[in-house]
Amino acid sequence: MSQNLLELDHVTKRYGVGGLFSHQSITAVNDVSFSLASDTPEIFAIVGESGSGKSTMAKMILGNEVPDGGRLVFDGTDIGTIRTRAQREAFMTRVQPVFQNPFEAFNPLTHVDTYLYATARRFTGADTRIQQEAKADEALQRVGLSLAELKGRFSHELSGGQLQRVAVARALIPSPKLIVADEPVSMVDASLRMSIVNLFRSLRDELKVSIIYITHDLATAYYISDRVIIMQKGVVIESGGARAVLDNPTHPYSIALKNAVLPPDPKAAAAAIRQRRALVEGA
Amino acid sequence: MMNATLAPERPATTAPVDVLTIKDLKAYYINEHFGVRREVRAVDGIDLTVRRNEVYGIAGESSSGKTSLIKTLAGAIRPPMRVVEGSVKFDFGGKHIDVYGEPAKMQAARWQHLSYIMQGSMSVLNPVRRIKHAFNNFAYRHMGLDATAFRRRVESHLDRLGLDASVLEAFPHQLSGGMRQRVTIALATVCEPEFIIADEPTTALDVLVQQDVLGLIKEVQGRLGSSVVFVTHDMSVHAAITDRLAIMYAGRLAEEGPTQALFDRPQHPYTAHLIASLPRIGDVSTRKSLAGKPPSLANPPSGCRFHPRCPIAIERCSKEVPQMLPSATGGRVACFRAGEVSMQ
Repeated sequence: MSQNLLELDHVTKRYGVGGLFSHQSITAVNDVSFSLASDTPEIFAIVGESGSGKSTMAKMILGNEVPDGGRLVFDGTDIGTIRTRAQREAFMTRVQPVFQNPFEAFNPLTHVDTYLYATARRFTGADTRIQQEAKADEALQRVGLSLAELKGRFSHELSGGQLQRVAVARALIPSPKLIVADEPVSMVDASLRMSIVNLFRSLRDELKVSIIYITHDLATAYYISDRVIIMQKGVVIESGGARAVLDNPTHPYSIALKNAVLPPDPKAAAAAIRQRRALVEGA
Repeated sequence: MMNATLAPERPATTAPVDVLTIKDLKAYYINEHFGVRREVRAVDGIDLTVRRNEVYGIAGESSSGKTSLIKTLAGAIRPPMRVVEGSVKFDFGGKHIDVYGEPAKMQAARWQHLSYIMQGSMSVLNPVRRIKHAFNNFAYRHMGLDATAFRRRVESHLDRLGLDASVLEAFPHQLSGGMRQRVTIALATVCEPEFIIADEPTTALDVLVQQDVLGLIKEVQGRLGSSVVFVTHDMSVHAAITDRLAIMYAGRLAEEGPTQALFDRPQHPYTAHLIASLPRIGDVSTRKSLAGKPPSLANPPSGCRFHPRCPIAIERCSKEVPQMLPSATGGRVACFRAGEVSMQ
């Protein structure tokens, strides 16, 4: 039996709301279970609107939030048992994040290549600048860039698409098994979005990296992912193979989400807007 | 009683009337340091007209100059940006305003005739003041009503947009993103302006909320009979809401035309690429992304600015600048090989 790369076992996360003595809480993630196999890399999409708990899931998988119930097991280790710095670094070598807004992820006053060297130093033990540059260049080549064009550049000198590719390159330096990408394309221009999305596809196929792709955009989720779960208010309402689920959604919320994807055709899109408008007015 | 406070009826004309006419507009960011002059040509020779009662879309990548263009047409430019050449003229029901000829008149027309819906609803609304103060600050002095009548007018306007009057007492952080964006739409339309500029109003929103916001903008536009200039980089949003569409590339227009015709038969290779790269549910064929990156506006390529990335460029493209000429689909296009690109 092959071991699972990542396993979520009835994971629940609650946040307290209100004042110091308030006992109210909201359940951001409610009893979610799924697993990723370690032998077959895949793109696993988590779809939902704001407040559906998908970013909380990302934080828990990255070990930044501790679940209130259930367990997250990565490659045989319970993420909740990570205590020491060495354990933490060993974990981070295998799980890397890509964040939503590349313009916020990179400090505007720091050269973007600095981040690549720091990651190389910390996770691959590259002590000299020459080694670090070699690691950085190798990762940048993977995403279709090169160190020569990025050296000494600031984040504002690059387009959103390029910067997001640098973020992916940074995540690739430790040769991770899993990349958690939280809304990686929502701040990138529509015309450059596909370059990022295609990049994820090639990472899965060529580097055998599994990717958790968190998004609210069903169109790109359909385009790249193998499996999908749809979340609403912390609960998984539908899951399965991406094509199967998105071609024939059964839950009313999934159907609404699918209808909200604007078709790239003026007549159909205008009709969709009118239909939604009638629905909202009627409600 | 409501009728007395409403804006005067607009003349019902059938023939399309140009509300906005832009002629050969050039607006550059000009920096001069130690005698070194650097020009960023964000808006470089644009001609366009916006008709009454239409949604006019402007599409383009980041740094294509679309925000600079709308800033220029709203007269909201500040140094180092300067209008070098050309004119921007509005015609608000017989009231003519030359934005760069008579700045004082433009000031008076703002919000009354011309308003904006902006992208970051959180940065438009003051986080430590209740929503009602935003209405007081933006709209009160343009309406010429006393406080009670103004409040009644605002409440009835909110009601028509499906918002409860209680939002006026709320702080921005108490509302959801979609709700806040609806408040900014209410804010921009409460004076019933003839001309509304919407700069990426749905970019940061969820798909479901985006659909609601688009529907609301379209409905308000239809009811007021105003013109909307809608700016976004997302082509599927343009497909949903705009009547006519202009594609901007590196400070110039690449193509303009009725939205349906543009999507059916794009004439410019850049337009064709933008449309072909959209993902669709039910289709997993590989979408190509355009190689290269948008050119620097400080040092744009010679000739047609798209030629370094163009799949069908010929030698002429790097030498001559293509002019905007009438296209086969009832619009205008600036390309020597217009219509020769296939949709793949």
